Amino acid sequence: MAETTYIEAITQAMAEEMARDERVFLLGEDVGVYGGAFKTSAGLIERFGAERVIDTPISEIAIVGAASGAALMGMRPIAEMQFIDFITCAYDILVNFAATSRYRVGSPCPIVVRGPAGAGVHGGPFHSLSPEAMFMNRPGLKIVSPGTAYDAKGLLKAAIRDDDPVLYIEHKFLYRRIKENLPDDDFVVPIGKANLRRRGKDLSIITWGAMLYVADAAAAELEKDGVSAEILDLRSILPFDEEAILESVAKTNRAIILHEAPLTGGAGAEFAARIGEKAFEYLDAPVKRVASLDVPTPYSPPLEAFYLPNKDKVIAAARELLKY
Amino acid sequence: MIACAPNVTESLSREQLLEIDYYLRLTRTLEERLVALFRQAKVIGGLYRSLGQEGESVAAAYALDFKQGDVVQPLIRNLGAILVAGAKPRDIIKQYMAKGDSPTRGRELNIHFGHPARDGFIGQISMLGDMIPVMAGIALAGRMQKKSLVAMAFIGDGGSSTGAFYEGMNFASVQKLPMVVVIEDNAYAYSTPIAKQTAARTLADKAHAFGCRSETVDGNDVFAVYRAATRAVDHARNGGGVTLLEVKTFRMKGHAEHDNQSYVPIEVVDEWRGKDPIERYEQTLIENGVAKPADFEEIQKRVRAEVDAATDDAERAPMPTGEEAAAGLFAGDGYWER
Repeated sequence: MAETTYIEAITQAMAEEMARDERVFLLGEDVGVYGGAFKTSAGLIERFGAERVIDTPISEIAIVGAASGAALMGMRPIAEMQFIDFITCAYDILVNFAATSRYRVGSPCPIVVRGPAGAGVHGGPFHSLSPEAMFMNRPGLKIVSPGTAYDAKGLLKAAIRDDDPVLYIEHKFLYRRIKENLPDDDFVVPIGKANLRRRGKDLSIITWGAMLYVADAAAAELEKDGVSAEILDLRSILPFDEEAILESVAKTNRAIILHEAPLTGGAGAEFAARIGEKAFEYLDAPVKRVASLDVPTPYSPPLEAFYLPNKDKVIAAARELLKY
Repeated sequence: MIACAPNVTESLSREQLLEIDYYLRLTRTLEERLVALFRQAKVIGGLYRSLGQEGESVAAAYALDFKQGDVVQPLIRNLGAILVAGAKPRDIIKQYMAKGDSPTRGRELNIHFGHPARDGFIGQISMLGDMIPVMAGIALAGRMQKKSLVAMAFIGDGGSSTGAFYEGMNFASVQKLPMVVVIEDNAYAYSTPIAKQTAARTLADKAHAFGCRSETVDGNDVFAVYRAATRAVDHARNGGGVTLLEVKTFRMKGHAEHDNQSYVPIEVVDEWRGKDPIERYEQTLIENGVAKPADFEEIQKRVRAEVDAATDDAERAPMPTGEEAAAGLFAGDGYWER
């Protein structure tokens, strides 16, 4: 057991998988000599060489495209987006080529596309994205979004070993803010399985990524008023753990879906629809969504704070549900 | 060895020269058959002819060595290239007819199929330019796996206007990957003439931006294309990196069968009709005493029989069942293993 930050967990996962499997390699902007803009790949080029830790031009299409071609040939590439926002530059090749390859022509394309996502660090409109929803309606990709160091490591290993393309969304706010004791053994976290983070009986907060900590804070405060909130950490957005969602809602009869991406067309809409379709009789109140405003992520701290979900917004939503 | 066909026969035997003719005629005959099937509404989707471009498609791919693991990636007008790589006419007709036992089981159209490591060719996706970075990745993997494979990608005058083309070419050139990019100037991208596509003097000039090797050849001269492609393949295999090989040719039909090409001056079409790559190739073989007209008739008979048999097979093949649409998205359901 060793105290490990979220970012160290990612670095460890890459290093361990590269040591375990020579087909695994990393490519991206500044990932080699510099060790990555956030130092996520620090030490990897020294250990594995420039052949397996490839500094690329500023070319997201080429990064994802070359990773896809190499994957077809049996390699296991990890394609880093310096910020996950830049995956929009490679959206076409990821959703049209990599994601469809198996379904269209029977050719597996096991790539991992990963990069720092999320707001809360004053990154402004182009360094703050939570991209999951824009990929949910393009079948063929798996999408994961870890919120703990344990899941960061275990899900990245699972993603690298997965036989299909995985979009791995790592939250930069968590990089050095959280630290956990991780087991020394080789563990993976299965894609598609939620984690019941906190047991409760009055309402369910269904969330993922950095919003776990907003949910924690809200649940702690609600508890002082005698409200018992359950927190379900989805961890995987696609495939998602429908069973765990329905089980939790069947128990608490009230659901808040909390996410960092803007509200309209966000992933929460899909989860709310599933609850409506499959757990309607269990509900004592409408499904509530707490999400960011439907605007680009603003830069200035007061604007960003207003834009993002926070503890008070979750508590307000909870109170509304409880008195419904 | 035949001493008279210019230069090429230093490396090609009579059998190989006739084999090239076989692929040229197979390409044209197979496409003519597809047109017939299209008119009978048996080809479900669009049909895109390579009439006039068979020469460069076949000759460039013929420079590859598929036994060494070389990979070719066609665009829609490079049917000839995948036939050289070993694609079967039966599979191609089944693809066009959307049959359940086509290589993609009815999921994909026309020549969008093939696995680079298994088949030696990989079908494109419709977003032009995207295959250049993908082929760069195939070449990169080959190098990492200590193979000596060469990756050959086709792109057109229109496709080379995309960002993906530039990113892929740049990355491949920086990495000095073993790649040949055949860039076809066939004068039109759908209805758009090349003057509205690029201000570059030639498509080969784009190589200056990448710092890679380039060459321009007459795309309707099979010998010239073969020689240039061989130089490019050797350069790639010997660690020299990327070549942008421009072939000057002409699209003799509209963008697809529905397009009557009214935007192309008729004199231009007539002029290019006189430069037909297959006629020119066969004429050269005759003039140099390599073959007689009877040899080509023999080849045509073989091609016709092969296309007839392929058509019969494809017509008899079943359509997929609707429920199959739900399977095969991810590993684990065993669909592609069945």
